[in-house]
This record gives sequence, C-alpha cells and structure tokens, in this order.
Amino acid sequence: MDIPAFLDQLVIARLSILKGLGMTVSISFLAICVGTMLGIGVGLALTYGGRPLRWIVRAYTDFIRGTPVLVLVLASYYVLGTIGVDLGPFEAGVLALAVFCSSHVGEIVRGALQSIAIGQTEAAKAIGLTFPQTFFHVLGPQALRQILPAWVNTAAEMVKASTLLSIIGVSELLLRTQELISRTFLSLEFYCFAGFLYFVVNYGIERFGRYVERKTAIPS
Amino acid sequence: MGYTLNFAAVWRSFDLLLEGLALSLALAVVAILIGCAIGLATAFLLMSKSGLYRRPARLYVTIIRNTPILVLILFAYFALPQLGVRLDKFESFVLTLAIYSGAYLAEVFRAGLSSVPAGLREAGLAIGLREAQIRGAIILPLMIRNVLPSLGSTFISLFKDTSLAAAIAIPELTFEARKINVESFRVIETWIVTSLLYVATCSVLAALIRVAERRMAVPK
Amino acid sequence: MAENLLEITGLHKQYGAVEVLKGVDCAMRPGEVISIIGSSGSGKTTMLRCINMLEDFQGGSIRIDGEAIGYRLDGDIRRRKKESEIARQRAMTGMVFQQFNLFPHMTAASNVMLGLVKVKKFAREEARAIAEKWLDRVGLRERADHYPGQLSGGQQQRVAIARAIAMNPKLMLFDEVTSALDPELVSEVLQVIKGLASDGMSMLLVTHEMRFAYEVSSRVIFMNQGRIGEEGDPREMFNRPRTERLAEFLRTSTFAK
Repeated sequence: MDIPAFLDQLVIARLSILKGLGMTVSISFLAICVGTMLGIGVGLALTYGGRPLRWIVRAYTDFIRGTPVLVLVLASYYVLGTIGVDLGPFEAGVLALAVFCSSHVGEIVRGALQSIAIGQTEAAKAIGLTFPQTFFHVLGPQALRQILPAWVNTAAEMVKASTLLSIIGVSELLLRTQELISRTFLSLEFYCFAGFLYFVVNYGIERFGRYVERKTAIPS
Repeated sequence: MGYTLNFAAVWRSFDLLLEGLALSLALAVVAILIGCAIGLATAFLLMSKSGLYRRPARLYVTIIRNTPILVLILFAYFALPQLGVRLDKFESFVLTLAIYSGAYLAEVFRAGLSSVPAGLREAGLAIGLREAQIRGAIILPLMIRNVLPSLGSTFISLFKDTSLAAAIAIPELTFEARKINVESFRVIETWIVTSLLYVATCSVLAALIRVAERRMAVPK
Repeated sequence: MAENLLEITGLHKQYGAVEVLKGVDCAMRPGEVISIIGSSGSGKTTMLRCINMLEDFQGGSIRIDGEAIGYRLDGDIRRRKKESEIARQRAMTGMVFQQFNLFPHMTAASNVMLGLVKVKKFAREEARAIAEKWLDRVGLRERADHYPGQLSGGQQQRVAIARAIAMNPKLMLFDEVTSALDPELVSEVLQVIKGLASDGMSMLLVTHEMRFAYEVSSRVIFMNQGRIGEEGDPREMFNRPRTERLAEFLRTSTFAK
C-alpha cells in the first residue's frame, strides 16, 4: 500500500470525491424520501384497502421484491428512454431506488399496523373517536415506534444501493472512485477509502437510528 | 408512442437467458455453502467468552454489513491483485458473495444457537457424551430447524445479488439480459421477461424452503 | 314511570352461518345495575358489544334514551348510520374491556383526556381537571403522569374505568373486567365499581364474579345459547333458579353464598 502517493492523490482529487459523496447523498436522500412516501401509501393500502386494491398492491410489491435492484435500475434506465419519458440516468436511477424502497417500507408499515392489538382500535371507538382520529392519535404513534428501527435499516440499504447507479453512469462516489483509480492505479488504496466512506455514512445512520429509538421509547 | 410489444427477439435468445439463470443459481449455491461455513464459524466466535475471539468476529460483521456489496465485488476483482491475490472473475465473485453472506449468516446462526436450550447440552454431558458429539447429534440438528426460514431468505437475497456479477462481465442472467437489450432494442420485453424470471425463481425457491421447513418440523 | 334508558328489542346477530344472538329483549331504567352471566358462547359479550356498535347486528333494534343505535329505517330498508354518527353515539356509553386496552404511548391522564379533548371538544386545561378528578375518584391521582407500562393490572383497569366514565356516559358497559387480573388485584377494581353503582351510575356488567353480581346488581340476566334464559332479582335467581340450565350453571361456577 502506497500511503504517501495515496494521500497526495487524495488531496488533488478532493473536490471530485466530495462531489461524488454529495451525489451519493442526493441519490440516497431522494430515493428514501420518495420511497418512504410511496411506501406509506403501499402499507396503508395493504392494511386498510379493499380486496381488489390489496391484490394489486400485493402484486406490485411481490414483483418489485422478487427483482434484483440492479435489474430495476437497468430497466428504469433503458425503458424510460424508449417510451418517450426523457429522464437522465440520475432520475431513472433514483426512480428505481425509490420504487424498491417503497416495497420495503410498505411491508414494514403493514407489519407494524397489523401488529397493533385490535383492542386499541376498540378502545378508541368506545370513547367515540372517528377512524381518522384513531389513526392519528392511537395507531400511528404506536406504529411509528415499531417502524423506526426497520426503516433506519432500509435507509442504510438505500445508501448502499446508490452504488448501483455507477453502472448507468451517474457520477456518484463509486464511479468517481473508479475514474480516480483508472488515472492513478492506486486501486487498493482508493477502494479501501471509498469503502471506508460508505461505512462511516452507514454507521452514522445506524447510531442516529438508535439515538432516536431511545428518545422516543415509552417509559415502562 | 409507436412501440408495439414484440417478444420474438427475446424468445430467440431465451436459451441464453436460461443459461444465465442457471449460472446465477450456481453462483448462489456455491456462495451460500462457503458462506454457511464462514457464518457458522463466526457465530461460534461471536458467542465465545473470550474477547480475543469475539472482537475480530464482530469487526468483520460490522464492516461487511455497512459496506456496499458492489464495492466489495470491485475490490476483490480489481484491488486484490495489488496484494498478490489474483483470482479469476468467478472465483473473486463467489468468494466476495460468500464473505458477504457469511457476515449476515453469522447473526442468523448465532440466534439459532442461542435458541437451543442450554439444558440439552447438560443432559448430553450427563449421559456421558463428549462436547463434539453433543454438538453434532443434538445442538446442530435443532439449530438447523430453527434457522431454516432465515437461511432460506438469505439464500434468496443472495440469488438476487448474483445480478451484480454483471458488473464484472460474468455471463449470468442480468448480463445476458443487458446484452439482448442493447442488441435488439426490445427494451420493455427484455426487462419484463428478465424480471419475471427472477420473480418466478424466487417464488419457487421460497416454496421449496417452505416444504423443507415442514419436512423438518418437530411434530407437535 | 321513568323512560327506559336502554331498550333492546329482538336482537339478532350472526357470524357467517352461526347465529350468536337469537332474539334478545331487554329494558333497563336509569340507575339500574344489571349483571349478565352465562357460559362462554352464550352471547353475553356479543350483546354488550352490539350496544356500542363494536359488533354490528342483523336484526332487531337497540335504543338508548329513545335514540336508535347504529341503524335507521329508510322506508323499508334497514341502513347502517354514517360512521361519524355512530362515533357520536358511542360516546353515549362508556366501555371497560377485559384487556384494559389503555393507550400505551400516553400517560394515565392523557388516556383519560383524549376523548374529552377530541370528542367532547373540551379545552386542554378543563380536560386535565376532569381527568384528575376521575383519576382521584378511582384512587390514582398520584399516578396521573405514569405510563400504562409502569402500572399494575389493577391500576391499569382503574385508569380504564376513569377513561370511560370521564366522558359522562349515560350507560357504562363492563366486559369481564376482572377476568384478566391476578386474584389479589381484583378487589380494588370491584371496589371502584361498587362505588360507582352506589353513586347511581347505570351499568351493564358481563361478569364471572358471582358474589359480586349477587351483592351489587339490582337485576341479573342469565344468557344461554344466544337467548335470555332467566332474569330477575339476584337473590331469587341464585337461591331458587327456575330453570335447569341456570341451576347447572350455578353449580359449576364458583359461587359461595
């Protein structure tokens, strides 16, 4: 391992790496936000929807979850251009990741809502709360506490999945690392460095998640 | 829009897709076998009373779980040669996948081992069995029944992760699909068929695992 | 003659193909305390849950203070009332559950206040005052800011009673409220219920506690296979059961005079 040369090149390339990191964060952030919103809709549909709606949404999530993320990314990239939707690789990739995220979040939301004892809804009904009130004040807060750990996990998965966009040419951290390596031939050093950066981001997400969990825990 | 669905190009190359699928499955099987060995060993290390064994194991698990798998794959194929370790595409990919799955399986096995009641080991000692005999005849079979569901879902995940072999030009299913896509321009058809192949295979695998679970279940 | 608080006429309910309630009639005046006894599957809990529309019913009618509960007649067609209407009607009764069903993410006081603020539209300060008054009434003033997870079963059930009664219901419904409690915690809950009865609260209790039913009720209803088997004064019914089914039920239950 050539540390002095690596440090030299690192300083020279610092702007590129920062841009790559920024791109990775943008991809992950957008995918998580859009995916979570979609996923909440999916979860609500699976829990409270009528049978036809549940069937359609179930087919959607089963299809998405049975497909590798890379296939979703490639399909999004190639197909969207063909059917006349003019999206660049960044948009196509983020869309694919958001769809993938939504299937996981949907399952998490459904699981959390269905695990709340039916007695909670009955007690809320008994004091005269309407369904929106019940959902907002009784079911939602309880479900949220259960969703949090799994959701944080999914967010970390999205950061890792952002690397797949390098394959369709989006200039995120991994692609920039590869470009850097092709110039400097310091593959060992820079792959380790990239891995380290991803590790730090994910570990940070994990710690943040545990902090939020502790803060929102119900005293017992 | 002017795009009419025409599956002819895909059907012509369907045998290539199936070969790719077979390769994907083969890669997954070899990876999980090695991964199980690594995971089981790591699980024992994690449960050891000595920090000397526990800490490296925990470090391995934490690093692997927080690093994107694509980075690991590229590292194994492109960076390891710098350390003198020269593996061909297949070897490096399978090894990476095995090490990746080992980190997740370690947790699966650890939970499985913990769920076997400690009293059984003592009962075995009481009738005069040696530690190794107890592990082989009593603890391991029970643990296998416990971990089967998690093991199964890890294998299905691994099978989907074989799609990343396309990144280093291994001719598995996704790589073949991308070739067909680029050569035939039949974009939607290619990806629908490829997706369906993955989804169908995952469903079959899931069904097989359920059958195995039922076969191995302790009669109640 | 006082207007009937509760009137149940010809109540029919089925779950799929199984008829659970086969025509139940019951009239209740304000201030009455009625215990409903019977073996599992007799329909007693189902009948209670129909009164606040936690279960729907296919035939018959339920009226509280003359108001039809749950369904209205649209000419010849029987229609379910709007959900917002049903929610309003539910606030006329208070229900206490076997499993307490306190909201675990809210303190005892917040549990009691939720209905007051969201349904009765009280301001928070007023709601807090009412909540504290009722928590005091059930003996839990100092636990107002504790969470259900920090309370014993008996304490949780008493909070549940406060939550129901703070809504100022016309009728209180108790669904086997001591069945899930450890034996030593049962009496603190029964004491509270006795106190409410002597204050004149109208109550319907589904219960296994025969001694309690004997001591507190003005009337006992024995349910058997979806119908009312016998009803009357507790002293009459327990000492001189008129039907063989009731006699058998009393023999197999833990009733000591």
